[in-house]
Order: sequence, then C-alpha cells, then structure tokens
Amino acid sequence: MGALDISFFNADLVSKFLWNGFVFSIQLTLVAMAGGILIGTLLALMRLSGRAWLALPAAAYVNTMRSVPLVMVILWFFLLIPFVTGRPLGAEWSAIITFTLFEAAYYSEIMRAGIQSVSRGQVHAGNALGLSYAQTMRLIILPQAFRNMLPVLLTQTIILFQDTSLVYAIGAYDLLKGFETAGKNFNRPVEAYLLAAAVYFVICYSLSSVVKQLQAKIAIVR
Amino acid sequence: MAMIEMKNVSKWYGSFQVLKDCSTRVDKGEVVVVCGPSGSGKSTLIKCVNALEPFQQGEVVIDGISVGAPGTDLPKLRARVGMVFQHFELFPHLSIMENLTLGQIRVLRRSEEEARDKGVKLLERVGLKEQAQKFPGQLSGGQQQRVAIARALAMDPLCMLFDEPTSALDPEMINEVLDVMVELALEGMTMMCVSHEMGFARKVAKRVIFMDQGEIVEDAPKEDFFGKPRSERAQQFLSKILHH
Ligand SMILES: Nc1ncnc2c1ncn2[C@@H]1O[C@H](COP(=O)(O)OP(=O)(O)OP(=O)(O)O)[C@@H](O)[C@H]1O
Ligand SMILES: [Mg+2]
Repeated sequence: MGALDISFFNADLVSKFLWNGFVFSIQLTLVAMAGGILIGTLLALMRLSGRAWLALPAAAYVNTMRSVPLVMVILWFFLLIPFVTGRPLGAEWSAIITFTLFEAAYYSEIMRAGIQSVSRGQVHAGNALGLSYAQTMRLIILPQAFRNMLPVLLTQTIILFQDTSLVYAIGAYDLLKGFETAGKNFNRPVEAYLLAAAVYFVICYSLSSVVKQLQAKIAIVR
Repeated sequence: MAMIEMKNVSKWYGSFQVLKDCSTRVDKGEVVVVCGPSGSGKSTLIKCVNALEPFQQGEVVIDGISVGAPGTDLPKLRARVGMVFQHFELFPHLSIMENLTLGQIRVLRRSEEEARDKGVKLLERVGLKEQAQKFPGQLSGGQQQRVAIARALAMDPLCMLFDEPTSALDPEMINEVLDVMVELALEGMTMMCVSHEMGFARKVAKRVIFMDQGEIVEDAPKEDFFGKPRSERAQQFLSKILHH
C-alpha cells in the first residue's frame, strides 16, 4: 500500500460528501438529547413517585434499555416499524426515534441521581410555602437536579454523539457515512477513516474540555 | 382562641413510635417553645402541624381547619403557616428576592410588582435590603436565616413554626436571628418554636413544652417550667442546658 494521501480532502469534498452527514449527526444528537432528557426526567419522576404502578413500568423500561446493545435496538426498530404500521419510516426518522427512546433510559438514571442529590429539606421548604408537588418539582427540585448533573448530562451527550455512528447499521447518512462514501469515491478508504477519527476526536475532546470547566464552576457555586 | 390545636397525635416509623399521643394548643398571639433532648421527636411534632410529616392517629387543627381531613386543601393551608428550618432551606438557585417572591406569585397569585414590594419591605425589616440580588450561598448563616424568616413572613402567615432556627448557626450570629424572632413575638405573632435558647423562651414564651421519647412530658406556663418543673426528666434536662 502506498503513502497516505489526504489531498482529496478539500472544501468541495466537505460540501459534497460530509456536510449533510455532519448536519444529520448533530441533529440526531441534539434531538435525542432534548427528547431523552425530557422523557428521562419523566421516567425518573415515575420511579421516585413511591407509587408501584408508576415506578415498576419505568424501572422495567430503563433496565431493559440498559441491558441491550444500542445497535440491536436500532435494527429492531427499523425492521419492526414497517411490519407494525405497514409503511417504512425511513432510516433518519427511525434513528431519531430510536436514539431518543434509548438515551432516555440513560438520562433517566442521571436525573434520578440528580433529584436524589437535592436534600429533602428543599421539598419541605417548597411544600411549606404552599407549592404543590408538581410546582415543587418544577420550580425547586428539578432546576437544582439539572444544575448538579449538568456535567454528567453533557458527558452522556458526548457518548451519544459517538454512538450516532451506529446508524450505519440501517444505512442512514451521517458523518461517518459521509467519510466512508468519500473514501470509496476517491478510492482512499484508509485516509477517509483516519480523517473521520480525527474529526470525531476533535469534537468530543473540545466538548469534554467544556464539561471540565463546567464541573469546576459548579463546584464553586455549591 | 386556638390557632394551632393538636389532639392525641401519634406517629410511627415502621414499628417505632416517634410521637405518643401528643396534645397541646397554641392560642392566637401566643408563643410556645418546645424543648427536649435530641431524638425526642420535636422536629417531627412541629412538621406534623402543617403535615410535612404525615401522622397515623389524632388530629391537628389550624385556625379551625383540620390538617389531616380528606377534603382539606393542604397547599392552601400550608401557605398560611410560615415555617423556618434548622438549615434555612433557602432555594440556592434563586436570588434572595426570588426566594421571597416565589410563593407570593405562585401560591398567593400576587403580581410580580406587589410581591417585590413586599419582599423589599421584609428585607428592610430583617436588615438585608442590600442583599436582594445576591444568592443564598453568598450570605452568612445568620443572614440566610433572616431571609428565611422574611420568606415565611412574605406569605402573611397566620402563625409561624420554627425548628431549631439558631442551632446550625455560629454563636456570634445567633442573636441577630433571635432579635428578629423576639420582635415578631412582641408584635403578637403566633409562634411555635423548637428551641433550646432559654433566654428567648424566658423573654417571650407564654408556655414551654418539654418532650422526651416522643411524649409531651411537660406543658406548663413559662414561670412554672423555669421555677419548678414537675417531672424529673425536665429538671435534668434544664440543669444540663442551663449550665452551658
Ligand atoms: N424518616 C425517619 N425514619 C425513621 N426514623 C426517623 C425518621 N426521622 C426521624 N426518625 C426518628 O424519630 C425520632 C425523632 O426524630 P426528630 O428529628 O423528630 O427528633 P428531634 O427531637 O427533632 O431531635 P434533634 O434535636 O436531634 O433535632 C428519632 O429517634 C429519629 O431517629
Ligand atoms: Mg430536630
């Protein structure tokens, strides 16, 4: 095999092969993060509600999702949807829904720890003012839980971003797929994958640095 | 007229009985101090008053409304009962002003402006007007506790509950909080205070309740309690804390 040649990596290639994939990877990450945190918070509240009929289904959901490989869930959901609804959903939509539902399980564990990190006295203080359970949660407990857990939530999001590359299994066009396609096109697959690794590394590493700074900041506030 | 009335309240944690058939009352304008050894159930008793802790037997009536009755609108009732905690429990993610306005806006449905006006007045009253824009973590313990009292007062409470409001404070900050409480008492606020500050009790309390092992052992006018407590346990307790 000859020397590495990355001269094919130019603006034209970025706009032709990579940009769309990059946008989809980011979209997938952001939507799954927002949806995952929202659903995850609801699951966490269900588990902490003290009511078995809410807590048990939520626990079952979370534990199931956390016990199966993501790539399998991606495949299953993609194959199952046309079977159930009679219409295929498309790889992109299928990926977005799967990731949201899957990540919700992980975010829910983080939010559960976050809610438990807020002292019981805060609940008492909210209730003593006459706030309802829902108000106490929304205005007092969840903002603190969210703040305390922000670094962990972001770390999970970095993992999520890395995992988005798994959508190759159902042929969605993401950042990795962009590199792969470009590599095939220019007959430079090794260089393409190396560049892909570099890009993923730069993105994840800069996000991790942000998390570190945040952690230090939160430690000061507390 | 009774503002707070507790009738035969009993509470269990599993098989452990924390409160044993506790009855007492606090009349309008009265200050009652609750004392007793650690673990005797003082915090639990005072938290039963506004049902922050549920109880299994007995009844608590505030201003004629039964706390435990099925039809009672608990949030509405609690909004009229001010509560001050040992560890302040200010909301750390909100500014001092937001701490004071949250309940007024969300529970009493006051306008933001009205709530702020009230907040400013109360901060002035506890001597912390300059701190309105700060966050709880930036204040000393004594300042935080004064804010906590202002937060409770912002709801125009019928009565106030205090659970050892000065026991988490450094000694030099105790008086700034007690001063606010004395002033409140002299203005005629109905107060039930768990406290070991016997100077405070002597100054403003009408009655003193002594608890031990979940029981109200003594419930006597201040003069009698400090003069000649009837029970041996209260005598022992008093001699211990008055020595310090
Ligand atoms: N959630 C709980 N579960 C089980 N036991 C509890 C619980 N909360 C309190 N207790 C027990 O109930 C008893 C009374 O507690 P409480 O906090 O009311 O006492 P206290 O008089 O306020 O004590 P202190 O002076 O230390 O604040 C204690 O023996 C305590 O261990
Ligand atoms: Mg206590």
